[in-house]
Order: sequence, then C-alpha cells, then structure tokens
Amino acid sequence: MSVIAEDIRISLSGKEILHGVDFSAVAGELTAIVGPNGSGKTTLLRALTADIGYRGRIRLNGVDIARADIAALARMRAVLPQASSLSFPFTVAEIVRIGLEAQGQRDDNLIRQALQLVDLPGFSGRLYQELSGGEQQRVQLARVLCQVWQPVGPDGPRWLFLDEPVSSLDIGHQLTIMRLARDYARRGGGVIAVMHDLNLTAMFADRLCMMKQGAILAEGRPQTVLTDETLTAAYGCALRVNVVPQAGPWLLPQGAGA
Amino acid sequence: MVAISTGRMVRIEGDRSARARGLAVLLVGLLIAVSLASLGWGATDTSLSGVLRDLLSGRPISQQDSIVMLQIRLPRLVTGILVGAALAMSGAIMQGLFRNPLADPGLVGVSAGASLGAVAAIVLGGALPASMAAVFGWYLTPVAAFVGSWLCTILLYRIATRRGRTSVATMLLAGIALAAMIGAVTGIIIYKANDAQLRDLTFWGLGSLGGASWPKVTAAAPVILLALLAGPWLARGLNGLALGEAAAAHVGIRVQRVKNAAILTVAGAVGASVAISGGIGFVGIVVPHLLRLVSGPDHRWLLVNSGLLGASLLLLADMISRSVVAPAELPIGIITAVIGGPFFMWVLLRNRGVLDL
Repeated sequence: MSVIAEDIRISLSGKEILHGVDFSAVAGELTAIVGPNGSGKTTLLRALTADIGYRGRIRLNGVDIARADIAALARMRAVLPQASSLSFPFTVAEIVRIGLEAQGQRDDNLIRQALQLVDLPGFSGRLYQELSGGEQQRVQLARVLCQVWQPVGPDGPRWLFLDEPVSSLDIGHQLTIMRLARDYARRGGGVIAVMHDLNLTAMFADRLCMMKQGAILAEGRPQTVLTDETLTAAYGCALRVNVVPQAGPWLLPQGAGA
Repeated sequence: MVAISTGRMVRIEGDRSARARGLAVLLVGLLIAVSLASLGWGATDTSLSGVLRDLLSGRPISQQDSIVMLQIRLPRLVTGILVGAALAMSGAIMQGLFRNPLADPGLVGVSAGASLGAVAAIVLGGALPASMAAVFGWYLTPVAAFVGSWLCTILLYRIATRRGRTSVATMLLAGIALAAMIGAVTGIIIYKANDAQLRDLTFWGLGSLGGASWPKVTAAAPVILLALLAGPWLARGLNGLALGEAAAAHVGIRVQRVKNAAILTVAGAVGASVAISGGIGFVGIVVPHLLRLVSGPDHRWLLVNSGLLGASLLLLADMISRSVVAPAELPIGIITAVIGGPFFMWVLLRNRGVLDL
C-alpha cells in the first residue's frame, strides 16, 4: 500500500510552482521531503493532503483522493499542520479528543497515552493558548496520533503527514518526535514528513525526496541522495557530507579551534 | 481540577463535559423559574398563583385574568424564550464560524440586514398584489428579514475570509460599512412610510417583546425552532473549524457544508427574531462568552447552554423593561445595550493582546 502522485502540477496566482512532480511513498517507511525554501515541499504536501487544487492524480492506498469521501480519508490519514493558533480557550484534552473523534473512538485512555508519547504527561488540563510554541506543536501531534492510533487499520496501513514536525522543538524533543515517527512506520504505518534539518533527516528517514524549484532533484535512500553534489546543487552552497566511522572513537578536529 | 471518577471510567483532566452537562441542568432550572416569574409579573394585578388557585379549585377564571395570561403574558413569554435562545445561539455559532469571540449578528450588520428586510416588508408589504399578500400573510415579515440577514451573512463572510482565514479587523470594519449602507436603504424606505407605520417602526427598531402576539409567534416559531434544532448538529463541525479550515477537513469535516449550514442557521434565527422583536443587541456576545468562561468552548454544550441562558436573560431583561417605568415600558433593546455595552468593552480590553486587532 502506498501514496502515489503522478504528474502533479500546481499554479498559484497564474504562476506554476510545481512542474509535473511524480512522488511515491510506501507504508512501513518514513519518507522525508527536503529542499531549500520555496522549493515546493509544503505545496507538495498540501496537494497530497488535498488542501489545494492540483492537476495530476494522487492515490492513497489505491484511492483517488480527489474523489474520496472526506470522512473516509480522515480515518486513513492524519495531518500535522505547521503551526496552529486557537481563538477559543480549549484545554489540551479537548484538542486531542478532536482527533479521537475523527476515528470514531471514545476511549479517553488514548488521550493520556498520546500525551505521554509526545512527552506532555499531566498536560491534559492545561489551556492550549497558554502553552509554548513547542508544547502546542506536540499537543497537535498527540491529536494527530489519536486520529490514526493503529498504524494498520482493517483496510490497510494508515498515514501520518507531518509538516515540519520538529521545527519549534528543542533537540531532546526533536529526537523524541522523530523516534515516534520512525516507530510508527516500523509498525506498518506510513509517514511522510517535510523536513528542514538534514542531519535529523539522515538519521531517521528511510527514503528521501529532494526538491528544487518545484521539481524533484533526487530521490532514494538517504545515502544516495545526501551526496556532496546533490546537496550543493540543491542548496546553492558548497556542502560536504561525512559519515561517522562504524567502530572506535572519533574526533572532530574543529573542536581544537583554528 | 482533579480527575473525577464517574464509576465506569476515570475522566481525564481537562475534560469539562461533565461540568457543562451539570450547567445545562442548572440552566433548565433557571429558565423554568424565570418563566414562572415572568408569567406572574405585569402591570395588572393578575397573579400566577391566583390563576393557578382558581384553576385547581375549579372556580371560573375572570375574563380579565384569562386575557392577560393567555393573550398577553403567554405569547410574550414564548417570544422571549424563542428570541433569547435564537440570539444567543446565533452568536455562539457565528463566533465559531468566524473563529472569533467578538463576532455577533448585532455588531457586524447581520441584524441590520434583517431589519432592512423587515422594514421593507412592513412598509412596502401593502403594495404587494393581494394574492401574494394572502399567501405570505404573517410570514412575509419573518421571511423578508431572513432573506436580508442571510444575504448579509454571506456577503460578510466572503469579504472577511481570504484563503480560509477570517480577519477580525476586516470583519468588524466590513460589518460597519455594511450596516451603514443597509441603514441608508432602510432610511429611505422609512422616509416613505406613513405616520402609523413610522410609530410602529420606531418602537420596533429599539427592540421590544411588547408587541408579542400568537400570530407573530406562530409565524416566527417554525424558523427559530428549526434553527435551534440545527444548532447542536453543527457542534462537531464548529469544534473542528476552531483548528482552522484545512485542519477541520483533515479530521473529516465537510467544511463547506458546515459553513453553509451555519450561515443559514444564523440567518434564520436572527431574521425571525428581528422580525418579531426588533433589534435586541449584545445577547449573542454576552451569553456565549460567560459560558466559555465556566465550561469551555466545546460547541456541543456551548450551543445548547447558550440557548438556555439566552432565553433566561432575555426574560429577565424583559421584566426589568416592564418595571423601571411601569405602567409604561422601556424597549428591551435599551436594557440589553446598557448591560451588554460595558460587557463588550470588558471582553475587548481583556483580549486586546490575544485577538491581534
């Protein structure tokens, strides 16, 4: 089961910003979409989640998402937005429950477990508006997790679409959330994440899709995509990739100063 | 807050639904108490207990008592409940739709649209061909008010929302502009009115339950009841919309359908209310705000509780309006404005930083 996008073209205000992108991801893997600012990463994700109109065809577990029932889609995949502000004083528990209800679930224990997973135990009674940006992002992730709690449902794998899931998190929580996403994929679900941090991406992604100027520059396993040549071409600056030796201690010469 | 054990399962902290449910029970009690008080309150010495005593002991009820109760106070009570519930619930729905605690039909020109419809119906209705007038009858004014408020709400939403985001400033300013333009048209129509119509219009414009009668109630009740019943059905959609339109769609909510239904519901409830009781402001902003402070913004309870509290508050305001200058009465719109104006100011000052105005 997979996400397959064929020849996706998107124009905003008359200007084409995705030029016939072919993209695919399979369940059981964490697929990362990377690339410089304005390369079309988020636009591609918004097409995959049916937020914006596109030309081309996108199938999720074999279902054409343009024709699918919106409630059926919600049981199949959940989407983590980049940032969300609320105008009303909802508590954390009330926000997470919205995800639970999209799945037709009523078990409040899942709310507690999801908050535990995103490292916010004991936060359920707090007001969302009063949390920090990073905490709000993790509450949203808990909501999203509740929506597709089981990585594999009766009719196939479920999917997490994450738009920069670790953008406002500290390094400890970045690792927590990336492990959580990888674990979701290990248990049979599909994860598609727009990422900025290439080191984290290299650590956790199974597959990588490197975008530049509205098209896909390279695609494949991290070690085949994250090369000096590709990175330099994508980001327009000389980048060097190194690998930590498998065994033995190693030193970073920069540590000694110039 | 402590986790409350309900026996079957342990409620999670931050779940305020039990509190909201308890509040609903309290509010039903309050509405019953206020309704009884309202029935016994008035310029004549007809008392509820006296009428009940007569009824129970099988004594005939005096003609005066019977007229006061059945033809004056009862339709007024029913009107007060319907209008109060409709205005408060419409306020809550509109705030959910605009994702903004300051949206209120009275503030942003929706009531003005309803007024235009109603005024046009009152003044120009006589010019309709007799056959059409016969078909519409008492329904002409509510239907015209509904059309006016519906067009206004749609227009306002279109203006204030761009790419799924509703701007507070645009909404309030567009509301002012809309209300001014509509006011001008309404003014022209009023200018055409004769003296008798003019007096009716003036009193009606300030808002009053004084003109309540059974024909008016039966004309407006179906629309208002339909809207009140539709409200709770919108609750899950409005909760989802609080996350933003895209996120609402991601959790399986048919956003466009919810928005259309919300606009129709508000237009129906406000249109019919304005048609029978004129412009009564601030109920829609005060009531949902108070309830959110107590039991949170979950629309499943907010809408129902708003209806209940709105009905009680309007009946209380009506009792005040009947007693301050008794035996005459003050238009109820003055009472709600005296209480609601400062309240609105307080909400505004409290949220100045949060609302990004």
